[in-house]
Amino acid sequence: MTRGQTYNFAYLDEQTKRMIRRAILKAVAIPGYQVPFASREMPMPYGWGTGGVQVTASVLGHDDVLKVIDQGADDTTNAVSIRKFFQKTAGVETTTETANASVIQTRHRIPEEELRADQILVYQVPIPEPLRFLEPRETETRTMHALEEYGLMHVKLYEDISRHGHIATTYAYPVRVNARYIMDPSPIPKFDNPKMHRMAALQLFGAGREKRIYAIPPYTQVHSLDFEDHPFEVQQWDQACAICGAEVSFLDEIITDDAGGRMFVCSDTDFCNKRSGSTAA
Amino acid sequence: MNGSRETDSPILLAEAVSKAYGEQLGCVDISFELWPGEVLAIVGESGSGKTTLLNCLSAQLMPDRGSARYHRRNDGLRDIYAMSEAERRFLMRTDWAFVHQNPRDGLRMNVSAGANVGERLMAVGARHYGDIRARAVDWMEKVEVDTSRIDHFPRTFSGGMQQRLQIARNLVTGPRLVFMDEPTGGLDVSVQARLLDLIRGLVTRLQLSVIIVTHDLAVARLLAHRMMVMRDGRVVEQGLTDQVLDDPQHAYTQLLVSSVLQA
Amino acid sequence: MYVAVKGGEKAIDTAHDLLAKERRGNPDIPEIATAQIAEQLTLAVDRVMSEGSLYDRGLAALAIKQARGDLIEAIFLIRAYRTTMPRFGYSEPVETSRMTIRRRISATYKDLPGGQILGPTFDYTHRLLDFNLETEGPAQPEIGSSVSRPADAHMPRVLDLLGKEGLMEPPDGASAARDNGDGKVGDLTREPVSFPADRDVRLQNLARGDEGFLLALGYSTQRGYGRNHPFAGEVRMGEVRVEFVPEELGFAIEISEITLTECEMVTQFKGSKDVPPQFTRGYGLAFGHCERKTMSMALVDRALRADELGEERQAPAQDEEFVLSHSDNIQATGFVEHLKLPHYVDFQSELELLRKMRAEIAKAHVEAAE
Repeated sequence: MTRGQTYNFAYLDEQTKRMIRRAILKAVAIPGYQVPFASREMPMPYGWGTGGVQVTASVLGHDDVLKVIDQGADDTTNAVSIRKFFQKTAGVETTTETANASVIQTRHRIPEEELRADQILVYQVPIPEPLRFLEPRETETRTMHALEEYGLMHVKLYEDISRHGHIATTYAYPVRVNARYIMDPSPIPKFDNPKMHRMAALQLFGAGREKRIYAIPPYTQVHSLDFEDHPFEVQQWDQACAICGAEVSFLDEIITDDAGGRMFVCSDTDFCNKRSGSTAA
Repeated sequence: MNGSRETDSPILLAEAVSKAYGEQLGCVDISFELWPGEVLAIVGESGSGKTTLLNCLSAQLMPDRGSARYHRRNDGLRDIYAMSEAERRFLMRTDWAFVHQNPRDGLRMNVSAGANVGERLMAVGARHYGDIRARAVDWMEKVEVDTSRIDHFPRTFSGGMQQRLQIARNLVTGPRLVFMDEPTGGLDVSVQARLLDLIRGLVTRLQLSVIIVTHDLAVARLLAHRMMVMRDGRVVEQGLTDQVLDDPQHAYTQLLVSSVLQA
Repeated sequence: MYVAVKGGEKAIDTAHDLLAKERRGNPDIPEIATAQIAEQLTLAVDRVMSEGSLYDRGLAALAIKQARGDLIEAIFLIRAYRTTMPRFGYSEPVETSRMTIRRRISATYKDLPGGQILGPTFDYTHRLLDFNLETEGPAQPEIGSSVSRPADAHMPRVLDLLGKEGLMEPPDGASAARDNGDGKVGDLTREPVSFPADRDVRLQNLARGDEGFLLALGYSTQRGYGRNHPFAGEVRMGEVRVEFVPEELGFAIEISEITLTECEMVTQFKGSKDVPPQFTRGYGLAFGHCERKTMSMALVDRALRADELGEERQAPAQDEEFVLSHSDNIQATGFVEHLKLPHYVDFQSELELLRKMRAEIAKAHVEAAE
């Protein structure tokens, strides 16, 4: 290979993509199970979404329309950077409109707009193992998953309630997929958890540094862990979005001055733009 | 909790259990029966192989030879060494309990007392916080631990309290067979006596089957129906506790008994 | 009215422009050439090749230039480039006993077949700043002909000498090769590491591992955290031939010559009154001249063999999952630095909970007061 030769479509070579697609197929077949895969080194740092990028690169075709969001917004720097990466290496069409996208790569959010069966949502995952902070050893957590030994997970929730009166996990809130595997939904706010349940779109999760891929097939049951008398609940705001007036969306807090002034606006910029009728800039 | 108990079969049947560490003998050819509601003490000095045997019987250690068949609630006697890891682990958090000498080995020190007691309940599917907490309070009362300390960490408890908590954590799922490894070792004499009283009361009330390892003949006398005396990995004498202690046959047992009387 | 923050794209472009400007520095100073880096910052190049897992001095020099001398950033560039290279296959094992030696020392024998060859080393320099280098630097010293030796001079490996006497365990350890018996050498760039890992994969992980991390771990074993009584049996550096068997030919052809540093540590012996005691070993190998790296690697390799050698695992260096999961500086720097990325949403969720809890407590206080 001569230097400077152009890269393959969507950066990764075809063998690598095949390997990743095999891992994805296995992940879809065993919902919520973490499939090890030979994660490649990517030109962006670990923690910047190397897992998501590899999954996207492997599912992307020439006709796809790609949307990339970070914190719900298309315009955050990392989202811009990843979108540019695929524009450059795959030349696919990109969009900021949720409804127009066939593949959506995301960090930390699920779009407010309901996704369809012809869409794929790709999550960037930092730590795929939901039991990791309770048990640091991979050998042990693997056994716990295999034997469905999930008591420890509820011990943590119990401790939250006994100490704070609430389950104090607000993001990366663990879920049980298809009544079997406990899964980390990536650091999305728990506000987004209910959207995963029976979602029409295929949900793929890529963790590059930890070399794991997992998936939730369309219309799969996703249950956020809780107690019967302390049911799972999502965040609520007293305010509506200051721009579009939405009362059903996840709101970002904006500090407007140094005298305590603040306002709340939609974290999902496309959703907000559509509602307020402004054109995407 | 479980009304009908099988009384026409031993709950545990050990045959020729042997375990060696390289050239070092752990335990050799140990056979015995344990019947429901029976307390068996395994007595011996340190190095006699009693802890190795206990670890083999509770499947924490795989023996080199022999079998240990446990009478499961629904399918009768099953060799625990032939069970799958999943089956063994399931037994370990339902039908069985293991009380360690050092409470640090049996408790989660960075998790509250209530969660320590509740963990086994959650592990078998309890999902009602209020119920779990109520059962934890109930069991803390049963083992006489101040229930106002339900949200405290075990590391703030005294040694005797930690041991009581460990017992509560183990018994909360209504196990039938309890393994105990020197449960009163390392405690002050007065604390020991109160803890032994408590254990004796619980064992009788709940009709537990118990295998208890101890070097203390007084503990055996107080708790056990039957006892086995071990030396160099072998059982040198076994029988009814009072019989063995009042009329020891083997020279080694005689030595053990007489040394206690002298002390 | 508030307008949501925009301009991520423009900000990135500007940042890249600024970066390029910083890299170039004062334009009145001549730009550094990659050839200069390749020739004069050779040890930096060696480290980037080693931890970047790609043997190409020119590319490593380019990466160092582009990274403004940040070697981890340079390693990252090399790794990202390496990823895109097609894989033709695996070379034959290189034979370091047939190395064209430039440096070879043993701390276990005063003299030995082939002799001690100091070679280019900082070891016995006085660490005094040489202000001559501020200007032109001294003229190239003349190297006497006595140091050049025939390439085929017999240079047996020290540990092989011990092995012939039965004093040293075989290279793969006494308990036969731990490769699952399939004879294949693992490759963690193709198969994710699973625990427990075999020694081949561990060694590959260490060879790519961060020099600083391995240095600290190796050092910790010397200070009692997993002691293994090491002797530097041999450190050798020089050129070896790389051979490859193309499928269509079916026999090995030489495709390259590369510089390697190899370290074999003689460590804590094992045995009993029945099994004759033997020394054990730790192994280190790296591209280029990387002595600190290979010595540290050998110490850590030995520490990680604790299970195999029946030692209790107590120290960090003996903890396979800990060492292998944290040795890669590209993974480490990525995850540490990703904290710079926005976490608005997660933080907002925490804020919301905190406020709710504070409000509840305030409410409870009011109710209690009433």
